[in-house]
Amino acid sequence: MPVLPRLLSLVTGDRGADRAVPPSGFTSWLTLGAAAAMAFLAVFALAFSAATGRLADRWSEELARTSTLRISAPAEEMAAQTAAALRVLGQTPGVAEAHALTAEEQEALLAPWFGPDLPLDSLPLPQLVEIVEEGEGFDPAGLRARLVAEVPGAVLDDHARWREPLVAAAGRLRLLATLSTLLIGAALVAMVTLAVQSSLAANAQIIRVLRLVGARDVYIARAFVRRFTMRALLGALGGTVLGTAALLILPRSDVAGGFLTGLGFAGASWLLPLTIPPVAAIAAFWASRSAALTRLRAES
Amino acid sequence: MIELKDVAYTYGGAELFSGLGLTLAPGSFHFLTGPSGAGKTTLLKLCYGELTATAGEVTLFGEERRGLSRDALALTRRRIGVVHQDCQFLDHLPLAENIALPLTVAGRPGGGAEGDLRDLLAWVGLTQQAGQLPPQLSGGERQRAALARAVITSPDVIIADEPTGNIDWEMSQRLLKLLVELNRMGKAVLIATHDLELIRAAKGMVSARVLRLKDRRLQMAGAGL
Repeated sequence: MPVLPRLLSLVTGDRGADRAVPPSGFTSWLTLGAAAAMAFLAVFALAFSAATGRLADRWSEELARTSTLRISAPAEEMAAQTAAALRVLGQTPGVAEAHALTAEEQEALLAPWFGPDLPLDSLPLPQLVEIVEEGEGFDPAGLRARLVAEVPGAVLDDHARWREPLVAAAGRLRLLATLSTLLIGAALVAMVTLAVQSSLAANAQIIRVLRLVGARDVYIARAFVRRFTMRALLGALGGTVLGTAALLILPRSDVAGGFLTGLGFAGASWLLPLTIPPVAAIAAFWASRSAALTRLRAES
Repeated sequence: MIELKDVAYTYGGAELFSGLGLTLAPGSFHFLTGPSGAGKTTLLKLCYGELTATAGEVTLFGEERRGLSRDALALTRRRIGVVHQDCQFLDHLPLAENIALPLTVAGRPGGGAEGDLRDLLAWVGLTQQAGQLPPQLSGGERQRAALARAVITSPDVIIADEPTGNIDWEMSQRLLKLLVELNRMGKAVLIATHDLELIRAAKGMVSARVLRLKDRRLQMAGAGL
């Protein structure tokens, strides 16, 4: 039978097959509740995956596109070396913009550690120059060689040293989130398999009668498969709605700040939770069909 | 239609019977008797393919039982109506749906089946009980309902295992008449029973062969029956 009619028959059902097997309260609630719980957790796992993905992209993008030049020089040479550095940077291919931080900007940078009203004048602080790259970026080795010659007090930090571990950490977090989603799916499959087996065992006499009147295994399995698939679909739908609602009531990151409050979806990724109910239904269909047919074949 | 050749069946290491032969031809009528535990029910199960012989050949409508796929066996069972000793109904379904179950599983619950079902219920005298659940019926009503279910697909063979075991003489006679009526329509009938009165009563209505399963062999019963 083609796929579409099969899917339609799964939704509309076979009244005869459905009525032949009485609904079992325990396995019904077990499947519905477990699917809802799994979907709820899956929403958070997906949100975590999406958030870590965004974080990795942001860190990677922001740090990859900027570098910092630190100029340490005696106070009387600072202005000259800063001007020389800006001139070198202005001539370097791949540098879109070079901006020497003002005293206020440097103070703002240090404020989280030293507090406000920092007497910058009395501290031997280096001058920081923020470099924004363009295109393929600049050649750090070439720039360093030129700076050594023309701005001896300058140290170029292209962020590579600490950008890579951060991006790697964010990538691992994303992997963990993806793994969690897969484990949740596997747990749903295991739960549906157990529930189907329990239901088949509870309905052994009914199966025997159906066999004796000429029912094929596929017919017997269909009653169980459709029931468990629909329960998983409804449970997952409920769990997804609850999980998404819970995400919506979390504090927004721009209000509270920080990574954890940024847990959620952005833009088109809000469509991701919509995939949970159909995926849960497909997993339940596969698990219940496989469990039912295996069990029925083993019984003869 | 159904043929057993040199069939043996072993259960739990013990041989229940061996060297057994039986042919159920169209229009034939057989009684199967024998002491309890002789293997009558097992023999019936071999005839409708629920069990597989440990030796010999069981041919169901021209196909060797062992060569039948699971689907093919299911389709074969639709050609054999079985009346079980304990009836075996789905207790949560009304009687009418239980009787129509072979049609439902065969994927033809509609069409003229509703009319057929009404006629069948009237034939077995259960029109009033159509909406009742099986546990609400008497033993005789359940046996007649089991017969109705066995014949609703108009099978070629009807196999009944102690169909009068739980019912009174009057009801046994009524059930026997229904089976004889089916046999006159060309159906092969095989009835396992230890009710000798039923066999004697049948002899006045139909030409029946009486087989006796004893000492692991199938024999023709004596003229005393």
